[in-house]
Amino acid sequence: MVTEDKSPRKIVPIVPVTEGAKEGDDVQMVSLYAATQKIYPRSVQGIFAKWRWVLVVLTQLVFYGLPWLEWGQRQAVLFDLGARRFYIFGIVLYPQDFIYLTAILVISAFSLFLFTAIAGRLWCGYACPQTVYSEIFLWVERKIEGDRTARMKLDAADMSLEKLVKKWYKHIVWIGISIWTGFTFVGYFSPIRDLGMEFFLGNMGSWEIFWVFFYAFATYGNAGFMREQVCKYMCPYARFQSAMFDKDTLIVTYDAARGEPRGARSKKADPAALGLGSCVDCSLCVQVCPTGIDIRKGLQYECIGCGACADVCDTVMDKVGYARGLVKYSTENAMANGWSKEQTWRHVFRPRVLLYLAILGVVVVALLGSLALRKPFKVDVVRDRASLARIVSGGKIENVYRIQIMNAAEKALNFKISAQGLPGLVVAADEDVRVEATQSRWVSIRLQIPYDSASAGSHPIHFQIKSYEEGAKVVDEIEEKSVFLVPR
Amino acid sequence: MSDFNGNFWHLFVAGVTLVGIIACLILLWFSGKAKAMTANDNTTGHVWDGDLREMNNPLPRWWVGLFIITIVFALVYLFMYPGAGTNAGKFGWTSAGQYTAEVDKANAEVAPLYAKFASMSVEDVSKDAQAMAIGDRLFMNNCAQCHGSDARGSKGFPNLTDADWLHGGSPEKIKETLTQGRIGQMPPMAAAVGSPEDVRNVAHYVLSLSGSPHDSLRASLGKSKFGACAACHGMDGKGNPALGAPNLTDDIWLHGWGETAIVNMITNGKTNQMPAQASKLTEGQIHVLSAYVWGLSNNKSAAK
Repeated sequence: MVTEDKSPRKIVPIVPVTEGAKEGDDVQMVSLYAATQKIYPRSVQGIFAKWRWVLVVLTQLVFYGLPWLEWGQRQAVLFDLGARRFYIFGIVLYPQDFIYLTAILVISAFSLFLFTAIAGRLWCGYACPQTVYSEIFLWVERKIEGDRTARMKLDAADMSLEKLVKKWYKHIVWIGISIWTGFTFVGYFSPIRDLGMEFFLGNMGSWEIFWVFFYAFATYGNAGFMREQVCKYMCPYARFQSAMFDKDTLIVTYDAARGEPRGARSKKADPAALGLGSCVDCSLCVQVCPTGIDIRKGLQYECIGCGACADVCDTVMDKVGYARGLVKYSTENAMANGWSKEQTWRHVFRPRVLLYLAILGVVVVALLGSLALRKPFKVDVVRDRASLARIVSGGKIENVYRIQIMNAAEKALNFKISAQGLPGLVVAADEDVRVEATQSRWVSIRLQIPYDSASAGSHPIHFQIKSYEEGAKVVDEIEEKSVFLVPR
Repeated sequence: MSDFNGNFWHLFVAGVTLVGIIACLILLWFSGKAKAMTANDNTTGHVWDGDLREMNNPLPRWWVGLFIITIVFALVYLFMYPGAGTNAGKFGWTSAGQYTAEVDKANAEVAPLYAKFASMSVEDVSKDAQAMAIGDRLFMNNCAQCHGSDARGSKGFPNLTDADWLHGGSPEKIKETLTQGRIGQMPPMAAAVGSPEDVRNVAHYVLSLSGSPHDSLRASLGKSKFGACAACHGMDGKGNPALGAPNLTDDIWLHGWGETAIVNMITNGKTNQMPAQASKLTEGQIHVLSAYVWGLSNNKSAAK
């Protein structure tokens, strides 16, 4: 089909198979559903591997350790979904504090934008639970079954007692780690010390059992079997991070100009004389890759940016006595213009990155500021559902309000309620309200004005709720708006 | 609605559902193969924008397995649960059945609690914090609509926190009021009282009974006409709980204070109703509610 030039939209023709490409012999019917090729990543040492292990240890120390910390008489971090109270060290959050979660999500999103703009899929390569747990499970696998070649040999071998023992051993360790992970996860929602007791006595609640084993199953399946499949086919972040790259983003790059033409050579031979580049074609970069790609083909969507190929290539370069950095973190512009390290880094801190940094800073400051200025209680004023207004003895007009006082402090507080906004407005029976620690309470409050002191209709008023501790001076104060209705 | 009562739509929906599920399976089967140049550069041969070529990038087979699991799940679901037309499903599940089961379960859970309260006197229940927490919720859901969430009522709806009771404030009487409801009837009495002037005079006499501001001349004139009212309200105007006749000597004005309101009442009368709760609430709930209401005026600490 030939497109008409008059057409307002550009129509791009789809060229059929027979056109352009060589015909006949190489066109085949293939299945669009492929069996998964198991990947056996080779172990690797180097600076990036070290960083990854640092992050594995840090994230897991936090994850496994946090629920065991105590704060006063309670668990330091506990999300009590049943009681709808969320304890984070000294802070008690109510569902009404959801805005803080929003702030944390905004911070997470902008951190992702920032790190991705600077150095690609840093999150994927170093901190994502999928990577972290795969790394832990691979470590177990390596300890039991050996490194890449040994594992491949073991899998190819017929079933033997040795193979059976090794496989069972590995899976039992994996399952142990998985259950511990699931248990820890549930420990964030159900007090972990009680949960531990229940776990060993076998009397956990049915939902606790479900979530411990569901999360354990997900860990076992994702880190033991799915691994790179999750990143390649399931994870949405993997895909949209690619859209945040630009030509100044640091990505794991193969220096093709220096490396090609690749080829094996004697250690003593001069590559220039043989017409070869620096790449000795040892294929180690492919063997260490957790997603099974060849970095020498350039940036690919499967690349999680872990830097394993850069690490292993550096060790090879050291061995053969060439300069390091045949595979390294570099940017597209740096490769094209031959920039030095300093020049590259200068370009990394471009307006986009600075903007992300600024926004991130603002949100973090706003979050910390609002947490610091947070009042230890919340108030909700609702006009009574039943009566609009009534006339009571003493010639007064009375309105009824239901006030919910939510005590977010971990001590009982007393509340003094007053109201302003109309002449002669008083709170009838002004007994102070006591609300126990972290509890919330509804109270009925009656406001009265003298008859005929205000015109018929709706008048804006506001409540003033002051909190104080027993015998102490006023600590905090909240104002809430409402209306006072005067009948005709 | 009648369009949907026939068999046609049931069969149609069931048919569309089943055909849709089968079609997914067939689609999965037929879209599983494509032409590609695997030997050459592993592209499908499709070219866009001159140089964009589509790679042959096959879906992992386990993902296809997930599709098949959803299809099997759909078929099993349709067999087990109502979904295919009028088929009730192997499990015989209905939303109404689930509701009833949940209500029964909840009732069974709280039954021992109510049994405990039932064995206690109303006075004792009113001092039980747990019972009062239940009572508060029952009151909010069933009583607050008329009596207000602070139980102080409004015009036409009695205040439950004072010591003034139209039908008696003993625990037994409160329970009776809750169970059977009450009808308070003030007949139009203007004809019995006399002329409109007489009615006004009686109104002022009524005001004088509670020491409210009134015209003492009219009040003294009205006193002689009050006999028409005394049958129910008593000669002294202190009312009669057996009849539900209000005490006129206290300063509590359920239907409005002042001459106009009282003249209106005498002239037009009024029927006021407390609906019976026996059909809405269980005996146990009424017991707890009686204690709650009794406690409002008798336990100062419980009153809010």
